[in-house]
Amino acid sequence: MTEQLESQPSSGAQIVLDHVSKVYPGAKQPAVDDTSLDIPAGEIVIFVGPSGCGKTTMMRMINRLSEPTSGRILIGDKDALSIKPTELRRSIGYAIQQAGLFPHMTIRQNVGLVPGLLRWDRKKIADRVDELLDLVGLEPGQYADRYPRQLSGGQQQRVGVARALAADPPVLLMDEPFGAVDPITRSTLQDELLRLQSDLRKTIVFVTHDFGEAVKLGDRIAVLGQQSKVLQYDTPQAILANPADDTVAGFVGSGASLRQLSLVRVKDVDLRPHPAVHRTDSLESVRNVLAGSEYDWVVVVDDRDRPVNWVRESRLRHSQTLADALEPLDVVSTQSTLEDALEAILAEQHASAVVSGPGSKYAGVVTLDTLIDTITRLRSEAEAPDGDES
Amino acid sequence: MRGLWEYIAAHHSQLMFDSYQHVSAVVQSVLIATIVGVAVGVLTYRNSLASNLATATSSVILTVPAFALLGLLIPLFGLGVVPSVAALVLYSLLPIIRNTIVGLNAVDPALTDAARGLGMGRLATLSRVELRLVWPSILSAMRISTQMSMGVLAIAAYVKGPGLGNIIFAGLARVGSPTAIPMALTGTLLIVILALLLDGILVLIGRLTTSKGIR
Repeated sequence: MTEQLESQPSSGAQIVLDHVSKVYPGAKQPAVDDTSLDIPAGEIVIFVGPSGCGKTTMMRMINRLSEPTSGRILIGDKDALSIKPTELRRSIGYAIQQAGLFPHMTIRQNVGLVPGLLRWDRKKIADRVDELLDLVGLEPGQYADRYPRQLSGGQQQRVGVARALAADPPVLLMDEPFGAVDPITRSTLQDELLRLQSDLRKTIVFVTHDFGEAVKLGDRIAVLGQQSKVLQYDTPQAILANPADDTVAGFVGSGASLRQLSLVRVKDVDLRPHPAVHRTDSLESVRNVLAGSEYDWVVVVDDRDRPVNWVRESRLRHSQTLADALEPLDVVSTQSTLEDALEAILAEQHASAVVSGPGSKYAGVVTLDTLIDTITRLRSEAEAPDGDES
Repeated sequence: MRGLWEYIAAHHSQLMFDSYQHVSAVVQSVLIATIVGVAVGVLTYRNSLASNLATATSSVILTVPAFALLGLLIPLFGLGVVPSVAALVLYSLLPIIRNTIVGLNAVDPALTDAARGLGMGRLATLSRVELRLVWPSILSAMRISTQMSMGVLAIAAYVKGPGLGNIIFAGLARVGSPTAIPMALTGTLLIVILALLLDGILVLIGRLTTSKGIR
């Protein structure tokens, strides 16, 4: 298994659950009852369902934290039940709610744990930890030697993901990893997971009870009922457009059409150009830009072209310098969904979502018109399906 | 007061020797009790019946008066160092066993689950996660045991045990003579001072060995 990992460092492995059941000792009803599921390599598959439906148990059987009572589990072409549990788990990333970081270990020790168990040499572990912290957006020099309690919940969660990725496992299991952080941080972490995944192409099994999260993250969603019965297993689009039965429809909830907005990313729509000025520009030149455009506000970017503020014409009139008139700006990334963009549009007084692209550079804006155009397009596509998906 | 100083000055080397023996016996007893107590705690904490039994047994031992316990140990171990150390170990067990069990049960299950999920075996989970987290409470149990043992060992002079108890007993045996009070008082004061000193050392050890992340 290890050799295979090193030859193909960044691609996932297929997971097959074949007629798996789990009966806890003393329980009358099985927690998982004869469930089969095929999880394609390199995809994010979400197990979603009400609490107590056995979705966590099903995930935990993949790394044998829970031993199946019957059935087979294949990872790649290996039978998971034939591999020693500790060895198996070292080859599968594992991230849990509230991160589960060891409080007595530094961030470096936490992230370097699995490589240490695999007996990598010190230098290699240290380099890997730096690389991973960079990858999850934490400056190694600043954070590596801190302890978990010195980090915010969101930062701890990032470390949890870095720790899960440490030995570059083909498979990642995530058990409600973002369940305990505030909604804003949660959304950022979700965006980052998607960004990571676009590079890493791991097979990710992700458990959540939040259907919105499932729609946002999943390449496929397995909607599970009692005893992990698979009610529907399909792409988010298909489940939203065509729920298999009433239970699934109930779980999808109302606002399915609004949810469809959350399936389209900002990068997939045409951004509108909007005038931008530099933070150090003179008041005069900003007034000229405004006068030469049809808008009454402009985006203000910093010296690395990142959108940081905005300024409106009315306020500019009474200001001595540009700095006096600046107002704070919330930006969405090209990875964000149109739902996030809608949120931003509704929240901002200038009624637009300012978008930052690669390198956080200013890319354009999304307006209500963009959204309405997109919804119209989605509807017409659903009515006349070409069956042609990327 | 003059009598006290004269006594100390005259018996300087004897006092040093007794102090050394006293501290040495206590330190060794607490170390043995820690090893035994942590082992008992580790073996029993996951089974509530076993852990209750271990705690109950050690608390029964603690209620036996020191004088009686030492007497009961004579048939087993004779006189001298061995029954004294045995008594100290038995007394020290309760705090250590109890803190180990309570501490291990208080470790967040999410952490042991994470340890397992990352591929740590039972032993690695215990030694690299659970015991590291419980260490501060084991250490505070060791402090309690040490304080208790310092006092109990004085009574061990009754079974010809080592340490400062001898001069206290000797002093009390000659009440009326001018050296009686200085002897008993010197022994008692030295025990108090040494106990505080040992406690300070244990606090320092705690500082040095407890991860900054959980301090």
